[in-house]
Amino acid sequence: MENKYRVSVSPHVRDSITTNKIMLYVILALLPSAIFGVVNFGLHALTIICVSIIFAVGSEFCLNKLLNKASTIGDLSAVVTGLILAMNMPAEIAWWIPALGSVFAIVVIKGLFGGLGKNFMNPALGARCFLMIAFSSQMTTYASPSGFTSLMTKVAGTPDSLSGATPLAYLKQGYQFDLESLFIGNVGGVIGETSALALLLGAAFLLVMQVIDWKIPVVYLGSFAILVFITASLRGYDGAFMFTLEELCAGGIIFGAFFMATDYVTSPITPNGKIIFGLFLGVMTWLFRMVGSGNEGVSYAIILGNCLTPMIEAYTRPRAFGIVKEKAKKEAKA
Amino acid sequence: MGLLTFKGGVHPFEGKELSMDKPVEELKPGKELVYLLSQHIGAPAKAIVNKGDHVVVGQKIAEAGGFVSAPIYATVSGTVKSLEKRKNATGGYVDAIVVENDEQYESTTFVEADPESLSREEILDRIREAGVVGMGGAGFPTAVKLAPKDPSTVDHILVNGSECEPYLTSDYRMMLEKPEMIVEGLKIMLKLFGDNCKGLICIENNKPKAIEIMKKAVEGVDRVSVAVVKTKYPEGAERSLINAVTGRFVNSKMLPADAGCVVDNVGTVMAVYDAVKNGKPLMYRVFTVTGDAVKDPRNFLVRIGTPYRELVEAAGGFTAEPEKIISGGPMMGFALADLDVPVTKTSGALTCFLKDEVSRVHETACISCGRCLNVCPARLMPTKLAELAEAGDEEGFESFDGLECVNCGSCSYTCPAKRPLAANINMMRQRVLANKRKK
Repeated sequence: MENKYRVSVSPHVRDSITTNKIMLYVILALLPSAIFGVVNFGLHALTIICVSIIFAVGSEFCLNKLLNKASTIGDLSAVVTGLILAMNMPAEIAWWIPALGSVFAIVVIKGLFGGLGKNFMNPALGARCFLMIAFSSQMTTYASPSGFTSLMTKVAGTPDSLSGATPLAYLKQGYQFDLESLFIGNVGGVIGETSALALLLGAAFLLVMQVIDWKIPVVYLGSFAILVFITASLRGYDGAFMFTLEELCAGGIIFGAFFMATDYVTSPITPNGKIIFGLFLGVMTWLFRMVGSGNEGVSYAIILGNCLTPMIEAYTRPRAFGIVKEKAKKEAKA
Repeated sequence: MGLLTFKGGVHPFEGKELSMDKPVEELKPGKELVYLLSQHIGAPAKAIVNKGDHVVVGQKIAEAGGFVSAPIYATVSGTVKSLEKRKNATGGYVDAIVVENDEQYESTTFVEADPESLSREEILDRIREAGVVGMGGAGFPTAVKLAPKDPSTVDHILVNGSECEPYLTSDYRMMLEKPEMIVEGLKIMLKLFGDNCKGLICIENNKPKAIEIMKKAVEGVDRVSVAVVKTKYPEGAERSLINAVTGRFVNSKMLPADAGCVVDNVGTVMAVYDAVKNGKPLMYRVFTVTGDAVKDPRNFLVRIGTPYRELVEAAGGFTAEPEKIISGGPMMGFALADLDVPVTKTSGALTCFLKDEVSRVHETACISCGRCLNVCPARLMPTKLAELAEAGDEEGFESFDGLECVNCGSCSYTCPAKRPLAANINMMRQRVLANKRKK
């Protein structure tokens, strides 16, 4: 007999949230920092952002065509990848470097592993690390907003010649900053990482919209802060607390914690896994920044974490409702 | 104070305002009534009438087909037209008795009794004979549920008035209109258990009127009170409700009685009262006809066996041709191909939608957002289970506790990639269970 009405299995209603809405929220959340970056570093930053997005979306489109697949650019994930990559670029870099990065992110890291949801590594971060290795000098030549160096006060008797242009580099050399300008962000660095304020604004939006979970960023930042404070205290730095706050506001840790470590695909899906993941990132970032010789470590910490995600998930499977662990059961019987 | 609740769950659009203020009206059936012989969990009932027999209201027309089964009664007087296979709400054809209504409503006499003077066995017999089954949807024979191996271990009777399924308002109306009957039914059920057993009427906090009325009704009644639970789907699922109210856990290998609980829907409790006090078998149920495709959404008191088609007509018909008609509510109901399905003991609503939103969604890849893990009341990993189900990995599915799924559909509801998680998981669950039975 002919079906008069449509038949399907329950449930017959769906929540209004969709993948591209989630991506749209992430884009909106990144806007304050992107706008701040353009204001801080000038119009060239806007060019970088546009180029990066255009190449990301373009390469996804071409890859779909090449593989004879339905177009997936509508899910906006390529826009997010391009935008995040741009946020990780120094403002005065040649435009073809982020363009190449976007292609690498979409084709090599995402496309070749099966597309959205299948990549094991955050595409934007993977591309950034690729660019850091391939074009290390261009990638570490940071633009500084005018008047930036006047914000610093030299507190320790380290070299007079200033190398590098990011607050983290100066922090390592023993300079101290006016925390307020660090927080607001008119300092040197990559396009999207300098303003803690703008980033936290976007992060708050994502938390309120329940796009991201608090566990990874809070545990990440918390564990990092505690370790830095302990190290600074042990090393006898003046104002260890202040130093910790500066370490938190400087560099890419806030950006990384809220916008890159929380990437769904490459972070653990289990609640306990998220805590372990956050903790791992905190420890690794601390190692890179405080023990190692580099200034930055957020990207590498997150990428290493991405690689551990499947293992963390396997060990942190949530216990099903009403299921007693085998061990506990045996103990109860004994 | 935090409201009683469980971990997980979703908040679908409630849609209850369509019919919640419509008092229950009795509906007279038309010419033909269809009594399906499987309208409960367990063995189908066995017909004890033949074609051409004359039957009257309250006459037993099918007897229980086993221990876990229930008899079925005629709800009109008339002639048995045929014994044939008819379609049920899930699309299967099952044995049925078709009765032609003579519209005389001749009736047998029902023997009243004083519940106070009845023994435990007599009470259970009256419930069993009346064919009372769980009216919330599952249809488990109530007399079996009320007679666990060791009744003294049961210390909670939960009357489920949470009605967490969107759009449905039949339980709500019963609580507003017949509170004393619910309390009396509960008192009868309490007699079956020890003196330490408490009766709790559980209502979601989106029904303040029902809470107020039931609170008044339980005033001064020993061991009976109202428990307010948080409005969240699936708050009224048996395992979720037990957990919300008592903090205890029931898994798929346990019965609620193993956790000291018995859970019965408000409709079931009223049927218990009717059976024990008035000697009346289960012949009616309260039924909601609702949805944006229905002209005049409302609540009916209908005779079991009434075709769905007549219910729609009684509710003013359709505003426009609906795309989807659901027996039950939008979260757990069954989509119907047509309206040639009769009311059973367990069917509480007909939800008619002008648009079928599910056939319009676009499925995309899983992005591991974890929403399904957060909402799963069984605390499973739905995305992982669906993946195992698609791969046909029965062992993996079991090791990830796939059999604990209660098929509430919260995962499918919440998925931003619109993946049919619940459908895949449930299909695999049925397959694993079927293979287990074979062994």
